[in-house]
Amino acid sequence: MADHALDAAHDHDSHDHKPHGWRRWVYATNHKDIGTMYLVFACTMFFIGGAMAMVIRLELFKPGMQFVDPQLFNSMTTMHALVMIFGAVMPAWTGLANWMIPMQVGAPDMALPRLNNFSFWILPFAFTLLLSSLFVPGGAPAGGWTMYPPLVLQNGASFPMLIFSIHMMGASSILGAINVVVTIMNMRAPGMTLLRMPLFVWTWLITAYLLIAVMPVLAGAVTMLLTDHFFGTTFFTAAGGGDPVMFQHIFWFFGHPEVYILILPAFGIVSEVIPTFSRKPLFGYEAMVYAVASIAFLSFIVWAHHMFTVGMPLAAQLFFMLSTMLIAIPTGVKVFNWTATMWKGSLSFEPPMLFALAFLFLFTIGGFSGLMLAIVPADYQYQDTYFVVAHFHYVLVPGAVFGIMAGVYYWLPKWTGHMYNVRLANWHFWLSTIFVNVLFFPQHFLGLAGMPRRIPDYAVQFTDWNMVSSIGAFGFGLSQLLFPLLIWQCVRSGAKVGNRAWEGAHGLEWELPSPPPYHSWTEAPSDALIARGASH
Amino acid sequence: MSDRQRANRTLLWKLLAFAAGAFGFGFALVPLYSVLCSVTGYGDQTQLQRKAAVAREHPDLNRTVTVEFLTSVASAGEWEFRPVVRKVQVHPGQLFTAEFFAHNMTGRNQVAQAVPNIAPSSVAAYFHKTECFCFSPQKFTAGEARQMPVRFIVDPALPEHVELITLAYTFYDESSRVTAR
Repeated sequence: MADHALDAAHDHDSHDHKPHGWRRWVYATNHKDIGTMYLVFACTMFFIGGAMAMVIRLELFKPGMQFVDPQLFNSMTTMHALVMIFGAVMPAWTGLANWMIPMQVGAPDMALPRLNNFSFWILPFAFTLLLSSLFVPGGAPAGGWTMYPPLVLQNGASFPMLIFSIHMMGASSILGAINVVVTIMNMRAPGMTLLRMPLFVWTWLITAYLLIAVMPVLAGAVTMLLTDHFFGTTFFTAAGGGDPVMFQHIFWFFGHPEVYILILPAFGIVSEVIPTFSRKPLFGYEAMVYAVASIAFLSFIVWAHHMFTVGMPLAAQLFFMLSTMLIAIPTGVKVFNWTATMWKGSLSFEPPMLFALAFLFLFTIGGFSGLMLAIVPADYQYQDTYFVVAHFHYVLVPGAVFGIMAGVYYWLPKWTGHMYNVRLANWHFWLSTIFVNVLFFPQHFLGLAGMPRRIPDYAVQFTDWNMVSSIGAFGFGLSQLLFPLLIWQCVRSGAKVGNRAWEGAHGLEWELPSPPPYHSWTEAPSDALIARGASH
Repeated sequence: MSDRQRANRTLLWKLLAFAAGAFGFGFALVPLYSVLCSVTGYGDQTQLQRKAAVAREHPDLNRTVTVEFLTSVASAGEWEFRPVVRKVQVHPGQLFTAEFFAHNMTGRNQVAQAVPNIAPSSVAAYFHKTECFCFSPQKFTAGEARQMPVRFIVDPALPEHVELITLAYTFYDESSRVTAR
């Protein structure tokens, strides 16, 4: 009864104040419209970055130089990383945050809607600038996404374009993060206490603080590069009393929290998907919150494990080795709790659950190789080999990207009001999961055997596994084409779904109609609804 | 403006200030790292300073060592390469500069490099070249002739029995590198 009254009220609301045509998107202040734009942008970048990865794997299919010259190859590795990290994964998370956080905390919209518009619209400009560097004299940035001086300073006309696009991406994600924090802190419905919040909201709150703390540090680091190059400062130039290794320290002070920025929201999504399809509340909700908080804290004191081989005193190596290994404890708590949630649950394997399960297995493999890399003497062997490439792709592709996929497949019926083609989604899942392993697992072997990363050619004994890996890459790349196709179909048509698209789902978003009204919770949800959502 | 809007704006400004502080912190890391390194001795700054102290001159005026310079070229007749002064008397701990003369008679633009050798070889550890034309390849246009410096310090810790040090250079150009292969 109460639900019906609420729905009617929303229906009435949803018909007004909706601009049409291009103004709806360019002037957008609505959290769902902006969320949609973020997700479409991220998907576009995912395919652009993916195309670059295809060039890399094509060149590495056989030993010798086949298709691209070494400069372009290096541009591809550099741009692939920048596009995927700053263009695909981070905007996808911000898009999901925009869509879901107001609905999940019982707010009508994000707290700062015009800032929200601004932070999105910076992104197309930032990436136009970055991608157009492919066409300037000297080519796109090719010194690696980590931008180490002095190599990055030798990059010709693309260097300032790289720096300014990083500045713009940074500004965008800082503003997006501020909006998330203000929404969560100020816009929660009465009765939505912090420890009743869904884990996606929790992980995003912590991610947002990480973003506000470290994106400005990256902005500072690239600004120092800029002034070193054009204004004669010597932050990283030994000739003037600077130190190039200093850049690495500052960069990784940003860089390590950054990898948790990429993965923490995935923890949140998996923490919502697994209970839904296990039909059990999440095991150890509070432990999950504290684990995420401790991972976030630890992420600030482990950065030098990215640079063990630059020359560091033994005491520092020991400190960074041990603090890095410490992260395995809260991460282990999370993996244990997800597994325990499924224990004696009534499991079913819809597409979001499949992606969440693959996340659980494959992210853990990436975590284990991370532990191997944390061991200083072992790291001296693994440093800059394909083992590192295998490690971080395991945590980023079947980790972060599968987390995004799980989230999209989980909430897509809510967004569109239609159920998608589950058969096609299953195909997408199985092809992705098989090929992602064919793609990245052999890279462990290549790395342990000594194949260096970021080199367009290799010794002949690496040929077989490189071929396998490239075949996996082409399969993975092609199977991703199913994803936009499936979303397009789902937006256009499909079986209608009710408010609660999955019968095991809990949380305020499932109390709203599908698709939800234009402004989510114009009247704050009742305490009973909040309590029903917070079933943990 | 409603209370909520006011609260949102306050928090927005606080977070922007936090971000600005983080931007400043990025720059503050530069001096912070040097403070950390000088306090703890990490980054081998103390060792670098010890090295730098060697480079400062503390000549031992009571002692004199002879340094003689030898030169040879890989392909006779194409280069003139000789020391300006054949022999010098130095005090250990004193910074000294010796000039070498090279003349490209190959008739082509050339890149050449000198390879040093110190005899007796046990003395090599006490012979510090702070700057040398042998550190990098030298470009010569056809017919170019010029002098090139080497700056060195003989370590005051040089064993007592050593009275003569020989610094020998062999001069290779690109063509000799090709024939060597």
